[in-house]
Amino acid sequence: MIYDVIIIGGGVIGCCIARTLSKYDLKIAVLEKEADIASGTTKANSGVVHAGYAAEREYLKRDMCIKGNKMYTKAAEELNFPLQRIGSFVVALEDNQIKDLEVERNNGIQDGIVGLELILDKKKIKHMEPNLTDDVVGVLHAPSAGIVSPYEMTFALAENAAMNGVKFFRSHKVKRIRHQNYIFELKTKQSTFKARNIVNAAGLFASKISKMVGLDYFDIMPRKGEYILFDRNSMHLNKVLFPMATKVSKGILVCPTAHGNTFVGPNAQNLSDKKDTSTTEAGLKEILEGARKLVPHLPERASIRNFAGLRAIPDSYDFIIDNTDVYGFINVAGILSPGLTSCYAISERVIEYLELLGVDLKPNEKYNPIRPKPERFKEFLKDELDRKIRVDPAWGRIICRCETIPEKEILNAIHAPVGAINVDGVKFRCRPGMGRCQGGFCRPRVMEILARELNIPYQDVTKKSEDSYYLVSKTKDELLKKLESGEEE
Amino acid sequence: MKSYKADVLVIGAGAAGLAAAIEVKKSDLKVLIIERAKELGGITLQCIHNGFGLKEFEEELTGPEYAQRFINQVNDLKIPYILDTMVIEITKDKKIYAVNNKEGLIEVSAKAIILAMGCRERTRGAINIPGFRPSGIYTAGQAQRFVNIEGYLPGHTYVILGSGDIGMIMARRLTWEGCNVKAVVEIQPYVSGLLRNQVQCLEDYDIPLITSYTVTKIHGRDRLQGVSIAKVTKDYDRIIGSERFIECDTLLLSVGLIPENELTLQAGATLSQNGGPMVDNNLETTIDGIFACGNVLQVHDLVDMVTSEAKRAGKNVIDYIQYRYDKPVKKEEKIKCIPGENINYLKPDLVNKSDIESNIIFNFRVKYPDRRVIIQFKDEKNKVIYTRKKVYVIPSEMIELALNLKEIGVETTIKEIRIEVIPRPEVLIEED
Repeated sequence: MIYDVIIIGGGVIGCCIARTLSKYDLKIAVLEKEADIASGTTKANSGVVHAGYAAEREYLKRDMCIKGNKMYTKAAEELNFPLQRIGSFVVALEDNQIKDLEVERNNGIQDGIVGLELILDKKKIKHMEPNLTDDVVGVLHAPSAGIVSPYEMTFALAENAAMNGVKFFRSHKVKRIRHQNYIFELKTKQSTFKARNIVNAAGLFASKISKMVGLDYFDIMPRKGEYILFDRNSMHLNKVLFPMATKVSKGILVCPTAHGNTFVGPNAQNLSDKKDTSTTEAGLKEILEGARKLVPHLPERASIRNFAGLRAIPDSYDFIIDNTDVYGFINVAGILSPGLTSCYAISERVIEYLELLGVDLKPNEKYNPIRPKPERFKEFLKDELDRKIRVDPAWGRIICRCETIPEKEILNAIHAPVGAINVDGVKFRCRPGMGRCQGGFCRPRVMEILARELNIPYQDVTKKSEDSYYLVSKTKDELLKKLESGEEE
Repeated sequence: MKSYKADVLVIGAGAAGLAAAIEVKKSDLKVLIIERAKELGGITLQCIHNGFGLKEFEEELTGPEYAQRFINQVNDLKIPYILDTMVIEITKDKKIYAVNNKEGLIEVSAKAIILAMGCRERTRGAINIPGFRPSGIYTAGQAQRFVNIEGYLPGHTYVILGSGDIGMIMARRLTWEGCNVKAVVEIQPYVSGLLRNQVQCLEDYDIPLITSYTVTKIHGRDRLQGVSIAKVTKDYDRIIGSERFIECDTLLLSVGLIPENELTLQAGATLSQNGGPMVDNNLETTIDGIFACGNVLQVHDLVDMVTSEAKRAGKNVIDYIQYRYDKPVKKEEKIKCIPGENINYLKPDLVNKSDIESNIIFNFRVKYPDRRVIIQFKDEKNKVIYTRKKVYVIPSEMIELALNLKEIGVETTIKEIRIEVIPRPEVLIEED
C-alpha cells in the first residue's frame, strides 16, 4: 500500500493538515512518535487564538495568524471544540508605551484585523477587566482574540480526520526515510510505510526529519515556557492579558482557560535539550512576579499544577512552510507562536503545495466535516440527565469529583476514533484529574476503566508512555521474592 | 426523577457522617445518608493500622473495626442510606440533587442538612514542586488506597515529603511490604504529625527523618528517577548549595489536608480561613439549617475527635428541628471569635449570645510550637477574660477547651472573643 500523503507528527499542525486533507479522496496517514497525539508543544501552550497584530509585517506568521484567526469560527462549529472569543488586552503601564500600541493598532486595522481599539479611559478598562492593576495607563483591545483548549481541538481534528479515512499510527517514531522513484519509504520500529508525499510537521524534531531526506537548511531551538495553573473559580478573568511584547516573546500572560481556570506564564528560556520540559524554581518565581505586574492579586494559594512546554523556534524566527527541493517533501516546521492560531491557514497552504506537486485533489464523497459534540454531564439539564442515566447507567457513576466527570465520558474518550489509551489520554480528552485534587481520588478508578476497556492488566495501565507505569507489583510479591532469595527470613 | 424526603440529610458516610446520623436517629427524626463510595465507612476503611477508638471505646481498634462499630449501629437502627451516589448540587433553598447509576437523578428535600464530606490531600501542584511530571508521585492517602484496598505496590524505593500522619504510617506500611523508604523529608523543623507516629512508624524502623528540608526538584520524564532535596531557612527559603539528590522511583506527599467544601460553597455558606465553613457554637453554618462536622469543618488529629464533634452536630440538629425549623427566624446576636497571636485557626467562628450559659467547645491549633505558654481569651476592648496555662503546644495537636462563658464572667454586651497563645510572663513560672 502506498499512501498519497504521510504526515509526520500528530500535534495540532499535523492533525489539522490531516483533517483538512481528508476532504479529498486521498490515502493519508499520520505517524506520531509518542504514545498519543497532542503530546508535545500542543498540550503545553497558552491556548490563545491571537488577533494577529503582534508579529512584524514582513513575517509569514503574521499573515497566517490573521487568516487563521478568522477560520476558527467555522472550525469550532464543525468540530465542536470550545472556543471563546473573549478578546485580549495588551497592557501599557507607562505613558511612552501608548505610541507603540497605536502603531500596532493602525497596522492591524490596515491588515484587516477587526475591532482593534486603543482604550485609554482607565475607568472603562477597569470595568472591562476589574482584576487588572491600577497602574494601567492604556490597553490595546483585540475583540477577535480568544481562548481554546489546544489539545481538545487537536483530538477533535484527529477524530474528524479518522472519521474521514485518515489512519493514525501512534508510538511510531520515524527512524529513516528513503526516497526512490518518487516514493518515500519511512521506517519506524514496528513497520515500513510508503508514500508519494510527506508533510513534515514534526515540531521540535522537524529539522531532524528534514535532514533524513538530505535537507539541512534550518535548525529548531527549544524555548521553554513555564506555567502555573490555578483552580477553577479562584479568579474570574474577562480578558486575555498580555504585557507589552519584547523581542523574545509576547511576555508573561494572565489568562483564563477554556474551562474556567486561570493560568500565568509563560516565560521564555532558550535550551538545547528538546526533551527538557521540567519546571524550575526560578522560572516559577519569574512567572509569578511577571504576572503580578498585570494582576497584583493572584490566587496563589489556589495553584493546582505547574508545567512547561517547549516552543519550536526556527533560526529564521518565522514559519518554514516549504515545497522543498526534494520532490513531494513539504516542510511545515518552526511553527512557533502564533502557530496554534495559524493552523487552519497553514493547512490550506499545504494543500496548495500538494496541488502544485500534481496530487489529484478529487473530493472525498464521504467527507463529513462535523465531529459530533462530545456529550458532557455538566451541560445536561436535570430531566435530560435523568433520562440519560436511565438509558445508560454509566452516566450516573461519577468518577472525577472535582470536574464532575461520569464513567460514560471516560468510555467515550477511550472508544472515540484515535481514542485514549492511557491515563493522561483520558485526562486531556475529558478532564478527570484536571481539577484541584489532581487525580488523587479518580486515578485508581480511571485505571480500572482503562484496564477493563482495553483488556489489559490493571498493573499495565500507564500515565503517558510505556515507561510511565503506576504500579510495580502486587503487595507481598516483593516480600516473597526476598524470602525466596534468602534476603529476608 | 426519584425523590426522597427526610428530616435530616447527612452527606458523607465516613466517621463524621455515621456518628451524626446515629445521634439524630436516637430522636425519632427521619434521617438519610448519602455516600459517594460503594460502602459505608469513608477513609477509615483504608486505615488498616491500629490506634483508633482509644477515647471513644477505650480500646485500640483498626480503622475498619472502628468504622464497623458505627456501621453496625446504622444497620441496627435501620437508618436508610444510598451508596455510590454523588451529591452534585445543593441549592440555596436547601434542595439536594444527587446521581447514581441505578436511580438516575435523585432529589432530596430535608429540613436540615449535615455536611460530613471530609477532606482531601494537598497535591504537588498545591505546593508547586518544580521539575518533570512523571508517574510515581502519589499523595500518601492514594498510595494507602493502592496498597491496602487495591493490593498493589506503587514502587520499590520511596521518599516521603511531609511528616503528616498518613505519610509516617505509609512509611511503616511500605517497609513491612519489603519496600525501601529512604527518607521522610519535612520542611518544618519539627514533625507535623503525632509524636506517637514518629516513634512507632519511623524511629522503630530506623527510617531517617530529615527536618528543615524540602523537595526542590522532580527528576525523570516517564517514571520518577529521583528527587532533589535542599535545606531551608526558618522562613522556608532554600539554602543555596545544600541540594542533594536521592534516587527513588516513588515520591509520596503528606503535606496537609484541605476540607472539601465545594458543596458548602454552592449552598451559599461562607468559609473561614482554614477552608472549612464558618460555624457558630452549634456547628451551624451561615445558612440556616445546614450544619457541618468532622474534617469538612476542621481537620482533626484523631477519628475519635471527629466522632465526638459529629455527635454534637447531631444533637444540635435535633434541637434545630424541634425549636427553630419553620419558625420565624429570630435575629440572634453573635459574638465573633477571632484567632489572635500564635493561633492558626479557631472554631467556632461565632458564639450565640443566648448560649453563653452553656458549655461552649473551642477548638484551635497553634501556628508554631511553644513551651510554657498561657492561652488567653480577650474581649474587643483587650480585657483579659480568661487564661489557662499549658506546658507545651504544637501545631499537630488540636487544643480543645470547653468553657461556660457566663461562669467566667462574660457579659452579654461582649462583641468579640480573641484567643491568643503567648509565652508565660516570668512571674508565673514559679507556680508551675
